[in-house]
Amino acid sequence: MSSTALFVQSLVNGLNQGAIYALIALGYTMVYGIIRMINFAHGDFIMVGSYTLFYTIPLMINVGMPAWMSVLIAIVVCTVVGITVEVVAYRPVRGAGSMTALITALAMSLFLENLAMILFGANPKSVPIIFNLPSVNIFGAKLQLNYVLTLGIGIVIMIALQLFVKNAKLGKAMRATPQDKEAATLMGINVNHIITITFGIGSALAGVAALMYCSTYPRCTTDMGSMMGLKAFIAAVFGGIGSIPGAMIGGLIVGLIEIFVKVYIAPGWYEAITYSLLIFVLIIKPSGILGKNISEKV
Amino acid sequence: MNAEQPVLKTSHLGIAFRGLKAVNDFNIEIGKSELFGLIGPNGAGKTTVFNLLTGVYRPTEGAFFLNGEKMNDKKTHQIVQAGIARTFQNIRLFKKMTALENVKVAMNMELTYSLCPAILRLPSYWKQESEIDGKARELLSLVNLGDKADVVAQNLPYGQQRRLEIARALATGMKLLLLDEPAAGMNPTETEELLEIINVIRKKLDISVLLIEHDMSLVMKICEKIQVIDYGETIAFGKPDEIANNSKVIEAYLGKDNE
Amino acid sequence: MGKLKDKRWTYSINFIAICLLFITITAIFNSGVLGIRTTYIKGIATTACYTIIVVASLNLLTGFMGEFSLGHAGFMSVGAYSSAIVTNMLSDKGIPDILLFIIALLVGGLAAALTGVLVGIPTLRLRGDYLAIVTIAFAEIVRVTFCNLEITGGGRTMSGITKLSDFSWCFWAMVICITCMYMYVRSRFGRTVVAIREDYIAAAASGINVTFYKVLTFTISAFFAGIGGAMYAHYMTAMIPTNFNFSYSAELLTEVIIGGTGSLTGSIIGAAFLSSLPEVMRQFANYRMLVYSVVLLFVMIFKPSGIFGTYEFSLTGIFSKLFRKIKRRRFIR
Repeated sequence: MSSTALFVQSLVNGLNQGAIYALIALGYTMVYGIIRMINFAHGDFIMVGSYTLFYTIPLMINVGMPAWMSVLIAIVVCTVVGITVEVVAYRPVRGAGSMTALITALAMSLFLENLAMILFGANPKSVPIIFNLPSVNIFGAKLQLNYVLTLGIGIVIMIALQLFVKNAKLGKAMRATPQDKEAATLMGINVNHIITITFGIGSALAGVAALMYCSTYPRCTTDMGSMMGLKAFIAAVFGGIGSIPGAMIGGLIVGLIEIFVKVYIAPGWYEAITYSLLIFVLIIKPSGILGKNISEKV
Repeated sequence: MNAEQPVLKTSHLGIAFRGLKAVNDFNIEIGKSELFGLIGPNGAGKTTVFNLLTGVYRPTEGAFFLNGEKMNDKKTHQIVQAGIARTFQNIRLFKKMTALENVKVAMNMELTYSLCPAILRLPSYWKQESEIDGKARELLSLVNLGDKADVVAQNLPYGQQRRLEIARALATGMKLLLLDEPAAGMNPTETEELLEIINVIRKKLDISVLLIEHDMSLVMKICEKIQVIDYGETIAFGKPDEIANNSKVIEAYLGKDNE
Repeated sequence: MGKLKDKRWTYSINFIAICLLFITITAIFNSGVLGIRTTYIKGIATTACYTIIVVASLNLLTGFMGEFSLGHAGFMSVGAYSSAIVTNMLSDKGIPDILLFIIALLVGGLAAALTGVLVGIPTLRLRGDYLAIVTIAFAEIVRVTFCNLEITGGGRTMSGITKLSDFSWCFWAMVICITCMYMYVRSRFGRTVVAIREDYIAAAASGINVTFYKVLTFTISAFFAGIGGAMYAHYMTAMIPTNFNFSYSAELLTEVIIGGTGSLTGSIIGAAFLSSLPEVMRQFANYRMLVYSVVLLFVMIFKPSGIFGTYEFSLTGIFSKLFRKIKRRRFIR
């Protein structure tokens, strides 16, 4: 491949990878923005979505529907799982401190992963092809159109979420809740409902992310969630956790860095570099590119 | 000791948060064994002054000096080790530790045994721990908590928790003690007891005290001089009876006549 | 002071009790009562020894200091690999095994401690949940690094490590480590660290250099995790960087929390019990983690301080209680 082609191919792959991370990061950031909690199990919601797709895509094809319609089922499943986890595990420990919340999230993550291992077995499953879109040739590089789709969906969702949170009544309620729970309640906001709805939206996003992930990497394993979740978390923090556009930017940057390091610098070390980047960002500017600093009142 | 260096001297001390001046041009001089009061309506910036003096906030203008040494750039623990200690408006005790342990924590500066003696339980460990055990118990007696040494802090009644916080601050061996509303939430009997304790502390330990309080009777009784601030600005300074009759002070608390 | 002097006498009692325990265990092993399963059970006991050290070291950090580490396996890994490399270099020099064992443990511990300082200094001022993520990232960086360096096997299994982990040596090493940790906790260091956990602002206002004590505890915790790793390496004699992955870190943290944050006793019992389970329940490996996660959830909801909470087992405490009971009965008669 010529060097221009290599560069363009890397750019394309990087943006696609980035878009997937961005979609996952959006889920993290939404939940964190409202509940101030890192939902460790978010990556595992995506795993749940992927396995759902594995089982429902053949179903869809049998019924004669296009494969991508199964995302609707995946979204429903993810949302149900997400809300169940919130009600059963997170709500009882709300207010008990961030360490308790984190450990509970960890427990849920472990639970989902091991349950999946028992139900689905340790062997990776191949997800059937979802989009049969052609690929286009740019400067000698192959651009698969479903990459464009992934990026497009990511941008659309980001804009929709941002508008929703800024303008819609429900969105405003979601922004008010973390600032002052008591005041929010006094304003007639049912905090529990808001939190549940937030979780629902975040988990639904996980379903969409599952679809996008599987269209690029049609393989699901039970541990796919945690590592993806970690990288997406890096993306969310990088862009500024709690910021929706930040998640998008962070995701794209992390995806690009990963691919470029893999191709141009050292294929075996790319993960170490991405993680070092995380540590670096957290040390220098914990609030990320677009985030705000919140300090404790004495 | 330096001939009449005030214990605390601030010079145009101030802090602005994004353009809003929370404290502006704060000037005060407290000498050895003096007890001053800092009063003002809610939100005037009193606790912010304390936060400035203990390194929680960095001043954006001016400076403050402890016995002549400039303290602006020091971190909280360095300022405490140099000799300024405080209590908090909303009590901050180590809830799950006993009263005695709370006080001992503040005496960490006095303990010099390092890791090896600690792990091998060398004689220096036993000797030093014995010493501070005795001193800590003395401090607890000073605030009338002598018999509560082994009670877990969160189980103490409110008034005793406030006194424990004072004992802990005293344990740092400070030269200047900042008390942030020590009588808040106390009934008249407890307030009397607190007054007694503050007097005893001053006599026995010969330290300077700066007191934030809303309880006017306490302030008038015990403070030698009072500084009044409102919206971050100093509006009056003087002896208690001067302040009580100062029109600006009355206005700040009660509002203007024609409003 | 009466109270403080007593402790020295209790140390002797505890030491005698531990000796008795050791003698009993080795007697059981040597007597052949366990038949053909003796070596197998001895192996489990050895595994328990290093697991106890690592879990206790994590408790120091998470339980007593209240800081999260989801990358403790990373420190183990550093300890394991550094000690293995050193013993490989020294293997033909005619050094007696016991000395080699001690060197291995110290090298592992110091290497991990050094890593602890390097990681701790820039990151310990981060908030709890962010620190947790950083520790995961750190462990992953360690894993990727070791997978890419030739000296650590280049991603393949590193084998041929000298087998040095004899049960008795491991037992006594564990006793020494736990004792050190216990002494640390029951000294001004432990007091300071717990104060930091309770309220770091009040701790600073009491003259404590919070960052210093955080880094110190982090380093000590890493030190003992490294020792545990070295023990692991010289018992398993073969290992691969992915043995020390996030899963293992998560498992260690679960054991600390279920056993009881702030209770070394809880860590010991929890680690001993839980490390024997994998062997017993080998075919149920996934069910095991599933059950752990549910137990963890229940613990978080109903008893966040863990099963043992902050309770510490005290042999002399039990004796004095018994003594008082006997006294009372005599009095009533």
